[in-house]
Amino acid sequence: MIKHDNSSRELIAFRIGEQEFCVDIMSVREIRGWAPATVLPKSPPYVRGVINLRGAILPIVDLAARLGFQPPEPTVRHVIMVAQVGSQVVGLLVDAVSDILSVTDDAIKPTPDVASDMAKTFVRGVLAIEGRMISLIALDNVLPALEPIAA
Amino acid sequence: MDAMAAVKQTFFQECEEQLAELETGLLAMERGEAESDTVNAVFRAVHSIKGGAGAFSLGDLVQFAHVFETTLDHVRNGALEPTADVMAVMLRAADLLADLVAAARDGHAVDSGRSEVLVAELTALSPGGADASAEEEDDMSDFSFTPVSVAFDFSDTPAVAGRSYTITFKPRPELYAKGNETALVLRELERLGQLETSCDASGLPQLAELDPEGAYLEWTMRLTTEKGEDAIREVFEFVEWDSSLTIQASDADGDADSGAGSTEDAFAALLRSIQADETSLPATTADIIPLPLAEEREAVAEIDAQPAKAVAARNGEGGANANAGAPQTIRADLERVDRLIDLVGELVINQAMLSQRVMEAGHVPGSAVALGLDELEHLTREIQDCVMAIRAQAVKSVFQRIPRLVREVAGMTGKQVRLITDGEGTEVDKTVIDRLNDPLTHMIRNAIDHGLEKPEVRVAAGKPAEGVVRLSAMHRSGRIVIEVADDGAGINRSRVKAIAAEKGLIAADAVLSDEEIDNLIFLPGFSTASEVSNISGRGVGMDVVKRSIQSLGGRLSITSRPGKGSTFTMSLPLTLAVLDGMVVTVADQTLVVPLTAIIETLQPKAADVHGLGGGARVIAIRDTFTPLIDVGRELGFRTTATDPLAAVAILVETEGGRRSALLVDTIQGQRQVVIKSLESNYRHVPGIAAATILGDGRVALIIDVDTVIANSQSDATILEPVLAAAG
Repeated sequence: MIKHDNSSRELIAFRIGEQEFCVDIMSVREIRGWAPATVLPKSPPYVRGVINLRGAILPIVDLAARLGFQPPEPTVRHVIMVAQVGSQVVGLLVDAVSDILSVTDDAIKPTPDVASDMAKTFVRGVLAIEGRMISLIALDNVLPALEPIAA
Repeated sequence: MDAMAAVKQTFFQECEEQLAELETGLLAMERGEAESDTVNAVFRAVHSIKGGAGAFSLGDLVQFAHVFETTLDHVRNGALEPTADVMAVMLRAADLLADLVAAARDGHAVDSGRSEVLVAELTALSPGGADASAEEEDDMSDFSFTPVSVAFDFSDTPAVAGRSYTITFKPRPELYAKGNETALVLRELERLGQLETSCDASGLPQLAELDPEGAYLEWTMRLTTEKGEDAIREVFEFVEWDSSLTIQASDADGDADSGAGSTEDAFAALLRSIQADETSLPATTADIIPLPLAEEREAVAEIDAQPAKAVAARNGEGGANANAGAPQTIRADLERVDRLIDLVGELVINQAMLSQRVMEAGHVPGSAVALGLDELEHLTREIQDCVMAIRAQAVKSVFQRIPRLVREVAGMTGKQVRLITDGEGTEVDKTVIDRLNDPLTHMIRNAIDHGLEKPEVRVAAGKPAEGVVRLSAMHRSGRIVIEVADDGAGINRSRVKAIAAEKGLIAADAVLSDEEIDNLIFLPGFSTASEVSNISGRGVGMDVVKRSIQSLGGRLSITSRPGKGSTFTMSLPLTLAVLDGMVVTVADQTLVVPLTAIIETLQPKAADVHGLGGGARVIAIRDTFTPLIDVGRELGFRTTATDPLAAVAILVETEGGRRSALLVDTIQGQRQVVIKSLESNYRHVPGIAAATILGDGRVALIIDVDTVIANSQSDATILEPVLAAAG
């Protein structure tokens, strides 16, 4: 792990299948266990549904499906990261939270040129830590874009 | 600047209250109840608006309020009789004042022509006519905030016969904190007669020790006036509580010179004391005169720096003093209240879950734990009721706009109308209040324009020329019922029927009951006015009113008796934060159907269900074929058709009045649910109105009946891609 210094930022790392990802820790409000969600009609497959978060309706995005992986069948071992995305609060379903990383900005390397749409849409850079590659992702686009609603 | 904006916002809020009071008072005076309390209340309302407007340099508002106030003052001191004509002008002046306040708040301009006309009318009412107005013009400049000099020069003032009073007036800091102003008080006093003022600045400390929010000056005045002590006390009405005030009658032959002299002496002394201080103070030392203005600035600065304190003081003490005995109120941020309601909703759910777990754990009812839980449940419900009550508001805030509307519509239609309101104190949730105005406005317009006859027609029919519109509100079985009744001609049924047939809304030979004919006016595209009038003929009819009320979960009905008048009754839920719904199961999902849409539920029989091309099905209900909508397929929860015989059909009516049957698997029961937004963290979902949280803590979706039905009619295009994506 990279040493802590003044220009460092903290990232929270999590696992989806075999790959590791991370997001800025400041956008994560809490982490909770998986609970069955209420299915929303006419929603993209990666939107698992909505759950009750202390009186607020929280949409759950299956991050595996969103990033183009085979969506898992959620078990009690899966976790939901409750994250702030713009003005909205979203639950992100991931396999497990693995680490909290303190890194400097220059440790974040540019995303290698790959043909993956997922990489272009979400990945903002990669980190090499102890031989692992961790992709830093941005959450701006995790929810489906607002489409004009048919009257 | 933010602090100033906050104070300004409070000012406009208070203006609303003052305007309401003004209107109430004027209406009372119009009815002939011109008691001095009422007149004073009216005067005070205009005066307060003027005072506040002056502090914010709202010139138009100040000028008009001033003229209005002057005329009111003549009524107050008996120089002007509040006749019907006078009151008509006053009421229109109140309307204009409201417009000016709104204009000042929203930053747009009001037609100056209207203002000029009313100023002329008001001035014409004043005894003294044009002279008085010229004098007022001069007076007005006093309210601007540029440092004009306030000269206490009384040498030209003609001697006034009457009693002489010695007044000592020492403001406390609270006086300035509430935005009051000594100079204005003195000026007001000067109008009563001959005034000699001396200022005692001996209490003024060195600048280093001076508290900028303190009050150090004391005035001694000699007033010779024909008016009594009451008139003097009234000048001090707003400031009396925050100052030491003594008023003593003395003989009228006092030494007139000493007063004026001592004023100058006092100013000179003050100047010396300020100059004695080594700190340079150019703005103040440059001119001896702006002493009161320095005070003014002080007061404004104080408000600017401590808006919360000033506002609290105004709202709290001022309000309490003004209406002793009235219940005390606080202003609270709506967001906080909503958060509290959310939390209490959660508490209720949590408590229900806890009870369930305790029972599951094997505690029998009657055990100590179960009894404790019962108590908890009781308390939780009580808290919920109390919290919901916080949001409740009296319909008065909506009703008080109606008299003005009635005057305007009556003026435009040439009808004479008397408005009677009843049940203004009936409380309903703020969410409902906010959306009550439009339908109510339309109903009132309709009642006057279509309901009431013209005066000559009324007289010919043996009725009084003046028509009556009665607006009332009451609680009835957990809903609020608002009635708009007129004593007009009632619905002309043969004409309504003819128009409906002409417009193709009904068959020409249809046989309809009276009630059915009355309800034709709610059909879209129906309008009875033969001439398109400015008031009602705006292309929206009663169908729009009915739809907007239905969208609030309400109902609108009409009863009419020929020659006696019509009554429109709207019934609304007490809150839009909760909804009565039927909880149903569809493909293992729990959904809520709003109860207002439901007509009945039924068990489909094989003989009643018929296919109609493609996958569409209809169900025969009492000789009519109603589309049968498979909710599970429609929302994409299942791909195969539901067997109607193993399901339940819910007959619903859309806002357009069309009926459909929704096919669901089972009905769980009926309950009240708290409405939660899906949009705040996600987005709008077609076919879903909102979400709610059930007793087990899980989210259930509330069906938007109208869109589900609308979508089912264009099934093929919408359903297929969704299923493909889901599969």
